[in-house]
Amino acid sequence: MDFPVIAVLAATLTIATPLVVGALGALLGERTGVLNLGIEGTLYAGAFVGFLVAARTGSLAVATLAAVVAGALAGALMALLTVTLGVNQHVAGIGTTLLLVAACDFTNRQLFGGGQQTVTAKFDRLFSGGGVLAQYPMTYVGFLLLAPAVWWVLRSTGAGLRLTAVGENPEAADTAGISVARTRWTALVVGGALMALGGSFLTLSLLGTFTLDIVSGRGWICIALVIFGRWKVVPVVLGALLFGLFDALQLQLAITPAFGSVPNELLIALPYLVVIAALAVRGRGVRYPGSYLTAYRRA
Amino acid sequence: MTPAAVAPGGEVSPPRAAPLVELRGITKRFGSLLANDAIDLSVDAGQVLALLGENGAGKSTLTRILYGLSRADAGEIRIAGEPVTMTSPADALAAGIGMVTQEFTLVGPMTVTENLMLAGSPLGRVDRKAARERVLAASERLGVPVDPDAVVERLSVGERQRVEILKALLGDCRLLVLDEPTAVLVPVDVDLLFASIRRLTAQGLAVVFISHKLHEVVDLADRIGVLRRGRLVADLPAEGLDPVAIAALMVGAPESADDAALPDRVDDEALATAVGLDGAASAPTAEAVARPDRPAALEVSGLTLAGDPRPRVDDVSLTVRAGEIVGVAGVSGNGQTELVALLCGTTPPTAGTVHVGGAEVTGLDVAARLRAGLGRLTEDRRGSVVLGMSVEQNLVVEDLDRFRTGPFLSRRRVRAHAQALIERFDIRAAPGDPIRSLSGGNMQKVLLARAIERDPTVLVASQPTRGLDVGACQYVYAQLRALRDAGSGVLLVSEDLDELIGIADRVVVLSGGRLVGEVAAADATREALGVLMTGSGERAA
Amino acid sequence: MRFVLRSREPRWLAPAAVGLAVLATLALTAGPIRLAGAAPVSAFERYVVTPLTTGNGIAEVLLAATPLLFTGLAVAVAFRVGYYNIGAEGQFLAGAMATTAVALALPDLPAGAALPLALVGGALGGAAWAFLPAFLRRRAGIDEVVTTLLLNPVAVLLLQGLLNGPWRNPDTGFPDSATFGEGFRLPALFGSRVHAGLLVGLVLVAVTAVVLRATPLGVRLRAAGQSPAAAEFSGVPVGLLQWRSALVSGGLAGLGGASQVLGVQHQLTGSLAAGYGYTGVVVATLGGLSAVGVLAVALLLGDVQVGAQGASIALQLPSQMGGVLTSVLLLTVVAALSVRHFRLVRGTPRTPRPVEG
Repeated sequence: MDFPVIAVLAATLTIATPLVVGALGALLGERTGVLNLGIEGTLYAGAFVGFLVAARTGSLAVATLAAVVAGALAGALMALLTVTLGVNQHVAGIGTTLLLVAACDFTNRQLFGGGQQTVTAKFDRLFSGGGVLAQYPMTYVGFLLLAPAVWWVLRSTGAGLRLTAVGENPEAADTAGISVARTRWTALVVGGALMALGGSFLTLSLLGTFTLDIVSGRGWICIALVIFGRWKVVPVVLGALLFGLFDALQLQLAITPAFGSVPNELLIALPYLVVIAALAVRGRGVRYPGSYLTAYRRA
Repeated sequence: MTPAAVAPGGEVSPPRAAPLVELRGITKRFGSLLANDAIDLSVDAGQVLALLGENGAGKSTLTRILYGLSRADAGEIRIAGEPVTMTSPADALAAGIGMVTQEFTLVGPMTVTENLMLAGSPLGRVDRKAARERVLAASERLGVPVDPDAVVERLSVGERQRVEILKALLGDCRLLVLDEPTAVLVPVDVDLLFASIRRLTAQGLAVVFISHKLHEVVDLADRIGVLRRGRLVADLPAEGLDPVAIAALMVGAPESADDAALPDRVDDEALATAVGLDGAASAPTAEAVARPDRPAALEVSGLTLAGDPRPRVDDVSLTVRAGEIVGVAGVSGNGQTELVALLCGTTPPTAGTVHVGGAEVTGLDVAARLRAGLGRLTEDRRGSVVLGMSVEQNLVVEDLDRFRTGPFLSRRRVRAHAQALIERFDIRAAPGDPIRSLSGGNMQKVLLARAIERDPTVLVASQPTRGLDVGACQYVYAQLRALRDAGSGVLLVSEDLDELIGIADRVVVLSGGRLVGEVAAADATREALGVLMTGSGERAA
Repeated sequence: MRFVLRSREPRWLAPAAVGLAVLATLALTAGPIRLAGAAPVSAFERYVVTPLTTGNGIAEVLLAATPLLFTGLAVAVAFRVGYYNIGAEGQFLAGAMATTAVALALPDLPAGAALPLALVGGALGGAAWAFLPAFLRRRAGIDEVVTTLLLNPVAVLLLQGLLNGPWRNPDTGFPDSATFGEGFRLPALFGSRVHAGLLVGLVLVAVTAVVLRATPLGVRLRAAGQSPAAAEFSGVPVGLLQWRSALVSGGLAGLGGASQVLGVQHQLTGSLAAGYGYTGVVVATLGGLSAVGVLAVALLLGDVQVGAQGASIALQLPSQMGGVLTSVLLLTVVAALSVRHFRLVRGTPRTPRPVEG
């Protein structure tokens, strides 16, 4: 039996795409000290809004844009709660996720009767037949545009310095004349937009339709990847690829006759367990951003 | 009557044409506390204004207002005669005001250059090379070399302070505010700092230098302003002033008319301790003789806490006998915090043993150490109480099982116990009050009560008077002495040499995590301790 | 405008803030309800009031509140010591699966032995699911938020895997487990669908309330949650308490899963993964992490849940509106309670006053 290396590698990139984009969004918020557990709901909202607008307009560009706007709004909600009002970040994040999921389900039910038959236009793969390179446009955008861009912004720009300063020591940033609130708001809004963009990949590229379990914990995976990558872009991308590889392998195993008797679900669960194991190994003694989970108020 | 006229031997400052920075009628209230009461002050280019006052006199509030970190309830700030509004540090920076606070505001994981690039950097691409050049140029101006590529969290305290000063200087800085800059420095670094200040003022910079130690500013300052309880009680030229009179003004000695409300008894020693007057601190400590015949209350042997690149606490051995106060001197950050944490049991040691009253407690947790007779009073008062709980709950939280009836906590007995302690230690609070509403002094009384009530074999007290007013300091000293006289041992860790010289029976010196010397109280002088504190030359850079 | 920290807080402030949050919730959800073609006022009436007007409605509310009682307590017990267990969802399902394993292995056990065994099995299942994150937190300092969250989808997958595989119903071929034996049924109460799981939940509420309020352990837990460093300093073993609370929390959630399969479904089905664990976070937070608060909020959310079902039939308003309502309520309440610590000050302060002359 020949192992389909190319197919697995191609699937790895595809699977990793929403994780990379979503994790970049989470990374931006966390670098300023705000953990956005609204990510699961934001991915969901991005997937749903993209699907909804694509179904109504037929335009993938408009649908993508709408998902991004929805994500930015979700980020703004999180910013309002945690940055401006100082709500506990865990509670605000879980609440945001619950709200977004419920709101999308409500709208889905109202507009589509909850049926999952509606299929929309979806992006085509570029370079189809190009082996590993046969990917959706978003994969190229994520790996070749967004990840390098975030990396560059964090490393070489004043905005990146501000982000880091606010995350590590808000008092210091404040005394340097940097608005902690504005920096965090910006990071959360941009981060939310990225998360929703990642979510829209699931409907607009991968499936062409919307299902209730479409996200199924990918948001939590993104949060884990950010810790795994220690808040740095390159290891976060590598972590996403690692997860993608395991997921692609389990998909391959599922159609391999020798593993036919293993319940499919257990194979699907495997990558989650790999992430936990990776955290257990690499998560020891990690250094969190200095102001992680803490609201900032001037004394 | 203007405040200046109160000062003995003072003179009313003649009106000057548009000083560089001028404060007029600055008033700030926190609840019922008047932190700044109509303060008028000014400083000219090339001048050093020393602002003196004991803790809580309103110095920090005033500088926070000047730097836009806090807003005045009334009054105005003028720069070169023009009124300005300071709503944030950005405004202050734009107006040419730079500040170095007691708590450094540096981003630890970033380099010196990155830290200095923060203020006013554009959102887009930054030019690291140019920024690095500017750091080097500024360090030239300061007269002390600073490595632009060093990561800040690896620098010593003195070096970090230099980075802070550089940061303040980078903009178009015309006035530099230094808030108690010497509190954390070794004498060598103090000398460097003063040389830098002189260099800068010669270049035309104005400096506001805040201190609660008179002796260190007399040479440096051109003018001296004294704050007490939010009011400016003197504003005098530094030349030819009378230090004793200034000291009296700072602490509110009874000689001035309107001070009847001040601490009941301010004895000379406390006064000297409070203002750090040389020579006045030689008050004899009662029976200050080590008593080798007494049993050891605390015995520490070979205590080590590993660290990178060198141990944070390095092979420390010392004994505190019953009925003696042993002082631990050292510049902040030389292992005191870690030593205290090791003794308290909140950090496990890498090596070494700790005995309390003859029983080994090395491997025991906090609760077991408390049972073994260890009492603690740490530098972090607000971190030693559970802020969300009441006074009574905090008083009993170390010893909850004592107040149990069956499986339940007896509220009645907790309340009675708290009432008794509140009376005995004169705590100004009701048992049910939230502890976060207490003043620093009152909170310290709660902690003292909690520690002393258990009749500890040994009390480890770290910076027990930091941030307290003179009355509260007095109270703490009296309690520590009473505890010693009752036969307990006391290990007093302090950065305040005058305090150590004043009440310890002998003083050991911690430098770079090691004990580098011991001085009997009778022979202890600031100079002798200072030499030891600098680590006698073996300090690693 | 800016926020200034209050120095003193009047007593009426917290209730007033909650009241304001409730009004805000009604205002915020009225729009979508109207858009969906229903009248907001009658919808709110359906959500809150209608279920309580009939005996059967009240029974349904109690039934709906029962699992929330367990997950709410589970989250409250963990959050209170500063252990952010967001894995009650997975622990709830693990408890249900463990109970099912017992029920399927010993189908003929009489109720006297079956119920205790099944309940204990459920508690152990939940605790087992909570074990790994708690262990990683205690031994390696790994953030429990992420690990507990990640185990939720794993539990759902395990549930589906078991139902599609070894536990597939032999009679119907559907992905549901076989129906439990007679012994594995929690007795019904008041001749309704309400079952003895509610009593177990109420006992746990009472026990938790007493422990938290009236024992040294309660004070220690509070201290550990509010200021871990200060608590540690005062001899409270924070890490140990968090570890134990994590396992107790998992056990409580697992008991909830056991109660649900033993009391309501009498078999394991995929519909059990309905977000009870996540809702537990809402219940615990809105209940102020107190046992009595959990009880009150569980009843309220049960009420809304039953009302949402009713409204979906009577008003054609999708029942998901119930979820929207509760999550908006959560966010507005935590926002209002957070804001109450501050006073809003308009504009710049009273500066600069002319000092001339």
